[in-house]
Amino acid sequence: MKILTPLEFEKSIYQIEDKIEELKNLSEETGIDLDNQIKTLVEQAQDYKEQLYSNLSPSQKLQIARHSKRPTFLDYVSMITTDWVEMHGDRAGTDDRAIMGGIAIIENQPVMLIGTQKGKTTKENLEYNFGMPQPEGYRKALRLFNHANRFNLPIITLIDTPGAYPGIKAEQTGQGIAIAVNLCEMAKLETPLITVILGEGCSGGALGLAVANRVYMLEHALYTVISPEGCASILWRSADMACIAAESLKITSDDLLRLGIIDGVIKEPLGGAHYDWEMTANNLKQQILESIKELSKMSGNEIKTDKYDKFRKMGVFVER
Amino acid sequence: MSLKDWFAKRKKKQLNVALVESKISGDDLSKLWDKCYNCNTQLPKKDLEKNMFVCPKCDYHFRIGAKTRIFQLFDEGSFQEIDCNIYPSNPLEFVDTMCYKKRQDEARTKSKLNEAVITGIGKINNWEVAAAVMDFAYMGGSMGSVVGEKVTRLIEDGIKRRIPIIAITSSGGARMQESCLSLMQMAKTSCAIARANEEGVLYITVLTEPTFGGVTASFGTLGDIIIAEQGARIGFAGRRVIEQTIRQKLPADFQTAEYLLKYGQVDMVSKRKDLKEMLERLIRIHSGALKQGANK
Repeated sequence: MKILTPLEFEKSIYQIEDKIEELKNLSEETGIDLDNQIKTLVEQAQDYKEQLYSNLSPSQKLQIARHSKRPTFLDYVSMITTDWVEMHGDRAGTDDRAIMGGIAIIENQPVMLIGTQKGKTTKENLEYNFGMPQPEGYRKALRLFNHANRFNLPIITLIDTPGAYPGIKAEQTGQGIAIAVNLCEMAKLETPLITVILGEGCSGGALGLAVANRVYMLEHALYTVISPEGCASILWRSADMACIAAESLKITSDDLLRLGIIDGVIKEPLGGAHYDWEMTANNLKQQILESIKELSKMSGNEIKTDKYDKFRKMGVFVER
Repeated sequence: MSLKDWFAKRKKKQLNVALVESKISGDDLSKLWDKCYNCNTQLPKKDLEKNMFVCPKCDYHFRIGAKTRIFQLFDEGSFQEIDCNIYPSNPLEFVDTMCYKKRQDEARTKSKLNEAVITGIGKINNWEVAAAVMDFAYMGGSMGSVVGEKVTRLIEDGIKRRIPIIAITSSGGARMQESCLSLMQMAKTSCAIARANEEGVLYITVLTEPTFGGVTASFGTLGDIIIAEQGARIGFAGRRVIEQTIRQKLPADFQTAEYLLKYGQVDMVSKRKDLKEMLERLIRIHSGALKQGANK
């Protein structure tokens, strides 16, 4: 716990834990029996933590979703799969590093895994472009979708991206078109597709991998049409209003489950995935296996119809 | 110049014109005259209208609304609107500097439209087509649940009737006030187009000034054939966002129809006056295949 840099709202917890540590040291050094006091304090700290983490505001969740120690796509791949074989490139001149994909085994089940990758260090972030894919990344993903479809491999997409990259070259090579084509082609796949939003799921950049039969979110992940900062700067004309935009946009897993946009929420350890990677990875794995089991009963046509019906229902309007 | 500055400048220009004219005479001359945003020529509104809202001097294509577009493109009296009884609601109770409900009311008054798209069945030189025509005047042509639903129903209708489907876009992107529900409209419309693809029903998109964000990244660019109207600005990310990200000035022709043609992103750039004839030609060439599909 100590190795982590605390977020602003977590500082009080760290202070309490420091105090507990001090008391323990004191009791050891002086031999005074403080066990009872320590025990009460630990219990109180636990209660406080549970209360704090179960009442997080959307902007606090946002900080957890973007935490620099939060496990990334490749971390999960190494924790939940064996025999991972990465497949590179769009076969047209580029290997975008922000979207990665490959085949692997999850407990005897062969799968195609595709995800957006963020780095933990500056060097890594430069390599992965902060998890912001170029059009070529989406085209690589499409190639892998089609590969999986040919060989009947269930596809798992794991998403953590602040959005598709906005740049000159990205516009020249058709960022919008690359995403649009993926949305349309995902609808035609006859193999099950399961999406999990791991951290940030921003805008078309996330959706470009997420027209899935089942969509799940990690508890503290977010899924939104635009980043709260972007929304604030457009609607309020000030990026400082991001907190309020985060509230208004309804970006948390609970909100999206209630709105029927996702199919379920995957539990994270108290405080967020970065406090216990293994536990998060295990929960993730269980959900993926359960969904594959459910979806593999369907025929190719049923898979397509299931997906069509799922998205066909989305939207709220008045007809009169 | 960023999109925002451009709008501000344009508004200021319009105000100035109105102000000067009101001084000259008591009449509301701004109702009769328009100024070309490109070459600043004063143009009589009647002439401009006759010229399909294209400047006769410099060929600048003015942005036009859905109703004008329908009037220009479809055989007289042939366009029958469908699904005009679908209205937006406020599922997220969204409030920014103004309540979403109030924004809807304002947009309706300003644009005289119920939502940002008109859908219907019409004829282009006697060829029956299903068409969705967007209007930037209603909340920047943004796509929320209503736009998504109307476009999807139209595509389904076009597939059922086995007639070509045409989408004419003009949109700033997904509607933020409906957040993820708007995002899902991208998926919904794209799933419907997947069906049109599989059924061999021709789908043509015409990208007009301006087409951005969620519409570019969904049904806007999924056309079997993509036409961009001359001078239209089309892209995924907005100019300002890109400038802020890369901290560079962008070339003047960046994200124009002609720029996209150069980089292989659209099939062609069309002048407004040639659009109807081009659509007819495309439909005629594909008509054999469409009929064959019907006998499948």
